[in-house]
Amino acid sequence: MASPPAVAEQRAQDSQAHPRFAVEFHDVSIAFEDRQVLDGISFQLRHGETKAIFGVAGSGKSTVLKLALGLIRPDAGRIHVLGEDITRMREDDLFELRRRVGIVFQESALFDSLTVRENVAFRLLEEGNVAEDEVEKRVREALSFVELEHTMDLFPSELSGGMRRRVAIARTIITHPEVLLYDSPTGGLDPVTSDTIIELVVKQRDVYQTSSLLVTHRLQDAFTMGTHYFDRGENKMKPLPPGSRAKVPMCFLILRDGRIIFDGDLPSLRETKDEYIREYIS
Amino acid sequence: MLAARSIGNLFKRPLYFADMIQQADLIGFGSLPIVVLTGFFTGGALAQNSGDTLRRFGSLTLIGQLVSLGMVRELGPVITGLMVAGRNASGMASELGSMVVTEQIDAMRALGTDPMKKLVTPRVVSTVTMLFFLTIISDAFGIAGGGVASSLFFGVDAHQYWSTAWQILVFQDVFTGLAKPILFGFIIATIGCYYGISARGGTQGVGRATTQAVVAASILIIMVDFFVTRFTMTLFSH
Repeated sequence: MASPPAVAEQRAQDSQAHPRFAVEFHDVSIAFEDRQVLDGISFQLRHGETKAIFGVAGSGKSTVLKLALGLIRPDAGRIHVLGEDITRMREDDLFELRRRVGIVFQESALFDSLTVRENVAFRLLEEGNVAEDEVEKRVREALSFVELEHTMDLFPSELSGGMRRRVAIARTIITHPEVLLYDSPTGGLDPVTSDTIIELVVKQRDVYQTSSLLVTHRLQDAFTMGTHYFDRGENKMKPLPPGSRAKVPMCFLILRDGRIIFDGDLPSLRETKDEYIREYIS
Repeated sequence: MLAARSIGNLFKRPLYFADMIQQADLIGFGSLPIVVLTGFFTGGALAQNSGDTLRRFGSLTLIGQLVSLGMVRELGPVITGLMVAGRNASGMASELGSMVVTEQIDAMRALGTDPMKKLVTPRVVSTVTMLFFLTIISDAFGIAGGGVASSLFFGVDAHQYWSTAWQILVFQDVFTGLAKPILFGFIIATIGCYYGISARGGTQGVGRATTQAVVAASILIIMVDFFVTRFTMTLFSH
């Protein structure tokens, strides 16, 4: 893995060269078996920003991520990812785009017949043009990012739930995607493991300045991300000093009945007068 | 569509040659014991059933011809196809179905890899190739089984049995017997992969997909066998 500043600088140059948003949804709708899951939603994700998506179960949060990756297609509306309209893009072209976008699935979705090393190296091995020692080096670096170097030869079934999520993150970040999509990365995990995962997400946001969409049920995770930053010197997540919250590239989006009822930053969320949202975040 | 794409992918890179070899090992060598055993005992049973009737007409010397034709044209391909369908169509459906319900297929797509190329095409190529050779092995062991049964129960001379069994075979018989496994292999792999990739509804859905794959593949093999037999008979009758 390249040094963090080098990747971050490249990101900054890329976002200047391509001033469009990292992800844009324009009036997107989708229904499954006559049930309207998303009903004309529109939002943008700025470069380097992390947007936490909330909503009750079945509100379409994971659907947003699958749409953003082109795994499913909307019934109506348009979706742009890294400046490209993916709404009706051919699957072969989507494979190219997906090399620049990563996703961490809710249940990790590691390949259970492959070792941790093979899982993390999967994308590099599929590309086929990366030397073996380079693959090994990058796998070690990705696993050291999630502090799981010692698990390289284990199979996913031999790992705990939290470790599997961390391996899934390592598999996703090994190619330095420009956009990261997290589908409930802390779902079903104990508070300590959840904090570890959130620290990794914050590290990815602040060190690599990766644009991210994060679906979560846990409000405390998103609030932690909105009130903390990653200190490179001390290599750990720390709370922001009072008054500096505006500097954290973090915002929130709440879905209800297939529509967006809130899209803004943490201060706006705290000051909202909407009864439903106040009850939801209380 | 799945069948067409699995063939179309043969002309696109990457080809996943290593996956094809791995699948060939699983399907081919993995199925060898059941194919050898079922072939041998089917040939033996065929010899016993036909030997009894032939003896009544004083035509026991034809037993080698009858077993040979029956195995090469019909029983070898069908029995091997059904055995491989039971073993591998179910395996493919359950493996791919499990990958679907645990989001591994979505993860593969998300990682920029086409599951059709990586998972389906190698299975189709390997099944077609290996079923072809497995059928030849099944035919050989079936005729051998018939020979053993003829010798043991009817006292037929082994040399006579083998020479008549060999001499009766003509191009039409071999063509019919070897065209079938190519079609059956294609049916087994595409049906197994189709039901696996279409699996929905968790572990119960995977179980359902597995059963459906075996049933559908078995029925299709028997049906296609009927039409291929008719087609080749018509083709070679002119």
